Amino acid sequence: MGLFTMGKTVLKQLFGKSPNLQYPVNPAKKTDKTRGHIVFDGSKCISCRLCQKKCPAVAIAVDPKAKTWQIDRFRCIVCNSCVEICPSKCLAMDTQYMPPFTSREHTVETFAITWVKPAKPADGKKPDAAEG
Amino acid sequence: MAKQIIVPFGPQHPVLPEPIHLDLILEDERVVDAVPSIGYVHRGLEKLVEKREYPEYVYIAERICGICSFIHASTYCQAVEGMMGIEVPERALYLRTIWSEYSRLHSHLLWLGCFADSMGFESLFMNAWRLREHILDELEATTGGRVIQGSSKVGGVRRDIPNARLKEMVGRLEAMRHELQDLSDVFFGDSSVKTRLRGVGVVSRQDAWDSGAVGPTLRGSGIAQDIRSTGYAAYDRLKFEPVAEPSGDCYGRCMVRARELFTSIDLITQAAEQIPDGPLEVKVTGSPEGEFYARAEQPRGEVIHYVKGNGTRHLLRHRVRTPTFANIPFLVSALKGCELADVPVIVLSIDPCIGCAER
Repeated sequence: MGLFTMGKTVLKQLFGKSPNLQYPVNPAKKTDKTRGHIVFDGSKCISCRLCQKKCPAVAIAVDPKAKTWQIDRFRCIVCNSCVEICPSKCLAMDTQYMPPFTSREHTVETFAITWVKPAKPADGKKPDAAEG
Repeated sequence: MAKQIIVPFGPQHPVLPEPIHLDLILEDERVVDAVPSIGYVHRGLEKLVEKREYPEYVYIAERICGICSFIHASTYCQAVEGMMGIEVPERALYLRTIWSEYSRLHSHLLWLGCFADSMGFESLFMNAWRLREHILDELEATTGGRVIQGSSKVGGVRRDIPNARLKEMVGRLEAMRHELQDLSDVFFGDSSVKTRLRGVGVVSRQDAWDSGAVGPTLRGSGIAQDIRSTGYAAYDRLKFEPVAEPSGDCYGRCMVRARELFTSIDLITQAAEQIPDGPLEVKVTGSPEGEFYARAEQPRGEVIHYVKGNGTRHLLRHRVRTPTFANIPFLVSALKGCELADVPVIVLSIDPCIGCAER
């Protein structure tokens, strides 16, 4: 009694399919909801700086004058807080993890904000309403 | 009387997953006393509550621990909701319960693996972690994070699990039950496990109670105290019996955790059957004022989150009493009188989570 209690499991694993993934050959598992890294779309950003304010890790810096949006990938904890709060939906969560960094200097990524505030038409009507 | 010598144990030791230091006072090979000291991974997370607004602080509360992360976040939310008098929607409470039980499953499987490793039973360790992987996959698929779920928020939850998906999850858990049974049979019945654990680190019922131990550590000494019975989140709608083992040794504590795996599966099954449809969160406005204590059962025992607000967006104080901190006096009394070779097993038997204890 009490001997070979692992026998069944061991035999199953000896002749069954390996539970290991063999990672570099097979890609790592991910799901639709996996929080990998933040993606920024400069053409939609209205420089409201809500993402900077709501970031619990102080990883985001927005400069409305220089029109840049900066993220420190080492500080970012991929919590999805900025994606949830963004009013113009310029931030999104990608399911792919960031590749490893080899030096601290390359962890800060700077993106240009290319969104331009639409000019008000001379007659004072809203552009959307005029176009129908 | 034999000559006393002091052997330092930790903070870096092959068996320790996290840094705790013990000065073991030995007479020959027998431990007569142990002096614990902590403070190697203090990160000052409680102080950060003054710098972050209370809705964002939940991300930091979640990162107090990397294993019981979800329960830390939901207990912090519970505390703030209690202080502000927020009624959380039913569905959110059920979802919190389901994720809490999933994190208990993953934590207990992790611990069973580490414990098997501490006795030198490597293939049992691998098998516990192989099963844990299925639980982590489920957590990732429903929340987006394997260990840091980030799904709890003040006023509800951030993500939903569709009812159809819940059914599938329950089906997979039921299928896993046989494998878990095979795993726990080894812990219950294997002769090498029994020889290694029976009668090691015995703490009587009274001593365990006096030392203020919590959770499976206390239940391993025969006191069926479980904070889930107080009925926070959706636990008051679910039926379960707290697991307790009277032996008070390492084997008893191991049995408690192995049996709790099945309690968790039962709770998830019940919650998935009863979960009502409805909103996931209520809108939270304003700033909290007052103070509140929230209690919850973590995989390691009772956790208390205390919050105090002064009517601004920043809380004044956040204090966490973690289960490991409460279990350290128990550890000291369990170590007294044991052999030096049994120390690693006894230390692991309280499931120490020093990251939690020091914050």
